[in-house]
Amino acid sequence: MVIYRYRWPGRGLAVSLARLLCIAAGAACGLVAAQDMVTVDAGMASRVLACTACHGAEGRSTPLGYYPRIAGKPAGYLYNQLLSFRDGRRSYPQMAYLLEHLTDAYLEEMATYFAELEVPYPSPPLLEVPALTLERGRRLVQHGDAARGIPACVQCHGSAMTGVVPSVPGLLGLPRDYLNSQLGAWQTGQRRAMAPDCMARVARHLTPEDVSAVTGWLAVQPVPKGGEPARQFPGLLPWACGGIKGVQVQEGRP
Amino acid sequence: MMRPQCIKLLAALAILLLVATVAMLNWPTEPVLGSVREGDPSAVVQGTPVAALVVERGAYLARLGNCVGCHTAQGGAPYAGGRAVKTPFGMVYTSNLTSDPLMGIGAWSATEFWQALHNGRSKDGRLLYPAFPYTSYTWVTREDSDAIFAYLRSVPPVAQANQPHALRFPYDSQVALAAWRALFFRPQRWEDDVRRSVEWNRGAYLVRSLGHCAACHTPRNALGGSRERRTLGGGMIPGQDWYAPALNDPSQAGVQEWPEEEIVALLRTGSAPRGAVSGPMAEVVARSTQYLDEEDARAIAVYLRELPAHAPSVSSESVAPAQAMLQRGQAVYDRHCAQCHGGVGQGVAGAFPPLAGNRAVLLETPVNLIRVVLAGGFLPATVGNPRPHGMPPFLHVLSDEDVADVLTFVRNAWGNRAPAVGTIDVYRAREGRSP
Repeated sequence: MVIYRYRWPGRGLAVSLARLLCIAAGAACGLVAAQDMVTVDAGMASRVLACTACHGAEGRSTPLGYYPRIAGKPAGYLYNQLLSFRDGRRSYPQMAYLLEHLTDAYLEEMATYFAELEVPYPSPPLLEVPALTLERGRRLVQHGDAARGIPACVQCHGSAMTGVVPSVPGLLGLPRDYLNSQLGAWQTGQRRAMAPDCMARVARHLTPEDVSAVTGWLAVQPVPKGGEPARQFPGLLPWACGGIKGVQVQEGRP
Repeated sequence: MMRPQCIKLLAALAILLLVATVAMLNWPTEPVLGSVREGDPSAVVQGTPVAALVVERGAYLARLGNCVGCHTAQGGAPYAGGRAVKTPFGMVYTSNLTSDPLMGIGAWSATEFWQALHNGRSKDGRLLYPAFPYTSYTWVTREDSDAIFAYLRSVPPVAQANQPHALRFPYDSQVALAAWRALFFRPQRWEDDVRRSVEWNRGAYLVRSLGHCAACHTPRNALGGSRERRTLGGGMIPGQDWYAPALNDPSQAGVQEWPEEEIVALLRTGSAPRGAVSGPMAEVVARSTQYLDEEDARAIAVYLRELPAHAPSVSSESVAPAQAMLQRGQAVYDRHCAQCHGGVGQGVAGAFPPLAGNRAVLLETPVNLIRVVLAGGFLPATVGNPRPHGMPPFLHVLSDEDVADVLTFVRNAWGNRAPAVGTIDVYRAREGRSP
């Protein structure tokens, strides 16, 4: 028997009705023993089981170590990603296939559902990253590299790197393989965002060594304060981003 | 020694050549006009209330034809074309139907549009590939064609150039197309069957013309022609590797025994007490049939219920699957499937389909089932079912053996009886190879 966290008050009645319907339809379920019964809630939990097979129960990432955690990510970010998978800005055939016939309204509801889940983060994995690499990663994340025109990650992803509501994701608590593959995808155009695509621009400034350093540092950081996204950016955004509306930017549109 | 496939191909080529010669000799110098009315019937004055009504009617009919489904690329502007349609003969890229005068059909006349629908010819007289289902659309009446055309004229222009098809020789030539048409296509004209009710006739018209149900549900021969004697008898969808179940067989997708309102519910919401849609049919419901008005949905239900039912094809007596396979399958089922589909395959009404006694589970070919397990899928979100449940993809969780075992178990548990699924079937599906 499966019990979800959120129980719909009318559940008992619904189950009785369902049983009646089953019997009326003469289906095999008239004979279902108690231990074989499945019940569902009226909310989102049972509707997003297709998501949690990969993204983990309640949107945590799985120990398999690739799929990103989605619980607690800002709703606007999740919604934009769902639209991007469905409409082809992000290239991942399994996601595109799943979302093909879902409406904007329903995708937004899913995004909000996962954004509101508060699930504790596990401790960061023990990865062996050389100290020099870690230091290079830390500097890029916190200060960028002005000489090469690379903004600091924290300028957009928040001073604690836990993201900024409603549209910028936190980058802590993610598998390093996932981070590497995303930066690679931004560089090759496999992953895109709404124009102007600021993240693609950042990624194309990074060398393979930069990518390795940044993801190495990010992947081993503990997640502060339950990973809650910040309410505001630490300062002006360095560049304009299509996915972030109504904020001031240091430079005009590129 | 020649492989049988080579012999088949050579034979097909020989026939094609022969037919091409015949077709060249009989090449019509003028398009077959059939029932074309003279003059341009889009004589309805633009901007009048009548014109607005015609456009509205056209928008509805275009949805019933699911024009937008093929003529829109992923994330692209509606009707701007560019979607790749995979066929056994290569890729066909759909065309721009927006009102753009150069890239779209903004410079077409209503008669030219009707020629495309009715006769499979483009504005310049070129023969069109039957991936555009003019073998069905040929039944569309001139009045409906004109309404759809009026609507397409109202679609904002998008300057997106058409992409040339990528078809293999000899399928890329107009001669091959002419030969194909000589074999498999005659322009048609719709006549109601006076012995039947108005409702039945309306349903028959929608199913056979705009609904183009036969494009998937009628089996095709090796050259992609419909096997007319098996109309709606079920078949593999060319290029998609999904099996479109038979509509004339109550053991497949026939609805002869369903109450009318359940058929209406399936068409308009994607979900009904005795079944739900998946794969290509989910697209059809999402983009087309959910918009059917009550009357038309009911007419289709009447027609489908009265389709003469054929006795289920007698399957070769299958050997009972090995006990060890069933046990392994049950272990996979208990771990990954029972949570939603229940300990005895009973499902949950309105959320997760039952597997016991489910026709989709018992189809002789397991291709659809394998696809569903590997790729998962949501029911389409429709006005009547806006927050559907979904099934996760298992392609990175289960091995080919796991999928074969669990499906064999599901097909032979709780009173189910269907042939075992082989690991090789799963492997082929995973690799995107035709079964």
